[in-house]
Amino acid sequence: MHPLALNFDFLFSNFSQLTVTGLALGAVYAMVALGYTMVYGVLQLINFAHSEVFMYGTFATLWTVYFMGGTARTSGFALARMLTVAMVIAMIVSALVALLLERVAYRPLLKRNSPQLMALISAIGASFVLSETMGLRDNITRWLGLNDNFSRYVSGARDTRGLPMDIQTHQLFPIGNYHVTNIDLIVICCALLMMLLLDQFVRRSRLGRGIRAVAQDPESAALMGVNSTRVVQLTFLLGGLMAGAAATLYMLRIGATRFDAGFILGVKAFTAAVMGGIGNLRGALVGGLVLGVAENWGSALVGTQWKDVVAFVLLVVILLFRPTGILGESLGKARV
Amino acid sequence: MHTKHTLRTLAVVAAAGLALTACGTTSSSSTAGDSGSNCPAGLKIAFLGAQTGDYANLGINISNGANVALDDYTKAHSDCKVTMQKYDSQGDPNQATKLATQIIQDKSIVGVVGPAFSGESGATGDAFNGAGLVTVSASATDPALTTHGWTTFHRVVATDADQAPQDAKYIKDTLSAKKVFVIDDSSEYGKGLADGVRKGLGNLVTGSDAVQQKQTDFSATVTKVTSSGADAVFYGGYYAEAGLLIKQLKAAGYKGAFMSGDGSLDPGFIQAAGADAANGAILTCPCAPSTADFTKKYKADNNNAEPGTYSAEGYDSANILLNGIAAGKTSRSSLLDYVNSYDQDGLTKHIKFDNGDVSTVVIYAYKVSGGKIQPGTPIK
Amino acid sequence: MSRLGLPTMTLPPQLRGRPAKAVGVAVLVLFLYALPLLDLPIVTTPDSDFGGVLYTMATYVLVALGLNIVIGYAGLLDLGYVGFYAIGAYVTAVLGVQHGHWPYLLTIPVAVAVTMLSGVILGAPTLRVRGDYLAIVTLGFGEIIRLSAKNSDWLGGARGIQNVPKPPSVHLFDVPHLKWENGTVLVDVTNKTQAFVFGFVDYVPYYWMALTVVFIVLIADMLIKSSRVGRAWEATREDEDVAEVMGVPTFRYKLLAFAMGAFVGGLSGSISAAGANFIYPDSYQITVSVIFVAAVVIGGQGNRWGVMLGAALVVYLPERFRGLEEYRILMFGIALMLLATFRPQGLLPPRVTRRAKALERDLEDLETGEEPQEVTS
Repeated sequence: MHPLALNFDFLFSNFSQLTVTGLALGAVYAMVALGYTMVYGVLQLINFAHSEVFMYGTFATLWTVYFMGGTARTSGFALARMLTVAMVIAMIVSALVALLLERVAYRPLLKRNSPQLMALISAIGASFVLSETMGLRDNITRWLGLNDNFSRYVSGARDTRGLPMDIQTHQLFPIGNYHVTNIDLIVICCALLMMLLLDQFVRRSRLGRGIRAVAQDPESAALMGVNSTRVVQLTFLLGGLMAGAAATLYMLRIGATRFDAGFILGVKAFTAAVMGGIGNLRGALVGGLVLGVAENWGSALVGTQWKDVVAFVLLVVILLFRPTGILGESLGKARV
Repeated sequence: MHTKHTLRTLAVVAAAGLALTACGTTSSSSTAGDSGSNCPAGLKIAFLGAQTGDYANLGINISNGANVALDDYTKAHSDCKVTMQKYDSQGDPNQATKLATQIIQDKSIVGVVGPAFSGESGATGDAFNGAGLVTVSASATDPALTTHGWTTFHRVVATDADQAPQDAKYIKDTLSAKKVFVIDDSSEYGKGLADGVRKGLGNLVTGSDAVQQKQTDFSATVTKVTSSGADAVFYGGYYAEAGLLIKQLKAAGYKGAFMSGDGSLDPGFIQAAGADAANGAILTCPCAPSTADFTKKYKADNNNAEPGTYSAEGYDSANILLNGIAAGKTSRSSLLDYVNSYDQDGLTKHIKFDNGDVSTVVIYAYKVSGGKIQPGTPIK
Repeated sequence: MSRLGLPTMTLPPQLRGRPAKAVGVAVLVLFLYALPLLDLPIVTTPDSDFGGVLYTMATYVLVALGLNIVIGYAGLLDLGYVGFYAIGAYVTAVLGVQHGHWPYLLTIPVAVAVTMLSGVILGAPTLRVRGDYLAIVTLGFGEIIRLSAKNSDWLGGARGIQNVPKPPSVHLFDVPHLKWENGTVLVDVTNKTQAFVFGFVDYVPYYWMALTVVFIVLIADMLIKSSRVGRAWEATREDEDVAEVMGVPTFRYKLLAFAMGAFVGGLSGSISAAGANFIYPDSYQITVSVIFVAAVVIGGQGNRWGVMLGAALVVYLPERFRGLEEYRILMFGIALMLLATFRPQGLLPPRVTRRAKALERDLEDLETGEEPQEVTS
């Protein structure tokens, strides 16, 4: 299909479906983008490995469902309960992976005042290590002799692994000619809620003030008694929690994951963070939603094979007209 | 200073090294003799394909099938030992070219099972042709591969150019679809197959879209399908995306038929889609289902693994080469001639090569039901 | 100093030589050319054709030299360098076989020119934004190139372009390889490289071609770095605001760095296409850009010898230890992390870092009252 034949007709007649599903897609981007934007705001560091923090969350969701005895027949209230537990566990797991990452891949470098790029290299290395460990889990368990007990969890290590049950979509209410489904609603509302909580936390709590202080001026913050190591840990922790929640929402929509599911999503989420204004929490939200919707609209206009091109061109255009992103940078400033 | 000292030492060492090389010459030592009937020691066939990495599944299916053939041969011909050496390309054409050079330079290798993928076959075809080393592929389905004039390239399966019209026929006649939406994954294989189906369906095609590999959210494509009112969807691509696609289609209320090609024929399709969503899907393949007999032998020879897509063809590919060796063709040139004039029944079909393509063309349709892929039936 | 502000080229310190040094360098150069023929016991890759490995190493070294200009000299983080590499390869393929029948050597200048142009087009708008955003924008650029190639039938689509033209073959003489048997060295007359025949099996002539280009670019790199341009880059990298105040037109020099990086990137892409038989878009993914950056930073960004070493290692090690195929990427990740933690300045840190560190040491010594040590250059 010729890229210049813009299919406006299709876009307008299916506007609500494309937009609502785009918002649901964007909500996941936004939550992952929060992790990127916070770490960047505090450390001026691109946390390349955040995508794996997310990926581990998706597996935590999957394995919790396995562990709790989920089968193809599970549905209704039992399913809802299972998924809620899975979300909590995924958030914890992602947070732990994020903390581990901070401890092993970043703290040693920050302590030695290493050049910026080396921290990026460490992040890239950590990203490979984390994703490959998941991708080689069958070899690792075999090596440890634990094979038989965990075969369901570790088999098909490089393959797509899906939830055993189909999560039934129920159509709730119409917007335009599209019926918003329960999943769309859950994903968007959950994401907005969590981001609101995070936003309030950073703005009002003492720990949140610490984060903003270190983002604005690390030396003065240290002089004022803010423990920068704790702040950094907290930043990673919060990013991990958000990524874990995003992971469960992602599993709700997509239903399956793989060891390299984080990579592309991570690139998109980072793009969203930059689009919205790196270091700006609300910017991550706006950027994520804009990116999700733009992908869908782009797919509608020029065909899905060009959607990533649309996304990146949009990024460049936004940066050309607003060089600090849609909402501008500001974790360090009082108005977040 | 430091650098000067290092350079001086290096110079001396290099000079000494060069001097040593003037020591002697070797006489040519070839292992595979040119006469037909003796059995040279250390005779080998090579397997070239993915053994590790993201595409390991497919490569392992084929090499396991070849293992069974090798086992059968060894039991019948213990007097002439042949081993199979596996070269792991991870499905990457760039790696495959370097491995091809290794294979060609190892004179004890007289034939190659593979390359497994079309990309690898294209990258290494010229090299193997130039070296006169025969290759028999179990799964390289790109139609263009036999247009380069390579006398060494052979495949035991029908091509995508055969699969696509049969798929279109199935959709038209068996599924009786009136509006078909055709999607591909922009890959060479997926787009090639889907374009062939589009051509075969003509104006039954109500819409088209192209997604990306590794894509997980198909909401825009799903919107296009549901708003077009299609009653059948054909997907050209691989199982991970196919599974997610069918799941999202069904979740959006799509009730029509879903069909895909051999790239989707894998248990991973059901994993990705979930057993409920996958049910009713039709997956076609030029590969034949495994007989009970073959399955038993396969499991015995491969640590109880189940045969998969192209396993039986892997057996046939290796078997052709081994039959040639058993008939005394133990040099590269004689084995190449043997394969070019091969005319026998194989496990999957009658095998006779016409310019590298196998002359028997049959496409199987596999239906997914009860959470499993049921054995396929040929499309008439 | 030229009045037009053009960089004057004086022979850099490395090339002002004494005869002994020149001989040493000559022997080293000869050794490098002879390397695939020598079949050295430990060095040669057992499971993969060494000539082919060396060829890939040489093209990656070329890439590293180019990316070093962007990252190391000018301090711009480029995560989409594979885009330039792809453009170079594609122009060669398009002119040579897809939409024309140009001989290979003529496609190189066009490939390089087109890539440089794309570098300028990319750089002009984006180098004005915050330096840190450059990373994601360049990454996007790399992806745009790959996806555009993949989705355009004019560029061959996902299938790519087959039968990429090769350099002209002229069969002058044959060079036998060596063979090592039980500690003695023999000349193996059955294993010969035909010089200079560019075929499908023997990659040694391609390696020689790539190596020659590496030397040319290396010399150019030495000339430029020690000129006014190089100093402007250093000033821009260390502190852009100060450089501006001191009269360095930083934007122009950053754009120049980008363009030169693009030049070398396109050149290496074109060289790599020669031996590739066919090129296809999915061999130019983000991961390749990441590996390029890793090679430069591992080696020691800013130090040309370091980045060459980094690039060589990045290609050589996975091929040398082929038995561990499955763990390749995992080990690469571990190696990156270890290096970042224990040797953050890279394997061969640039002179500036050494000088700066020495200076820091001296200042500290002055403060604590100790005798300052000799500044090692």
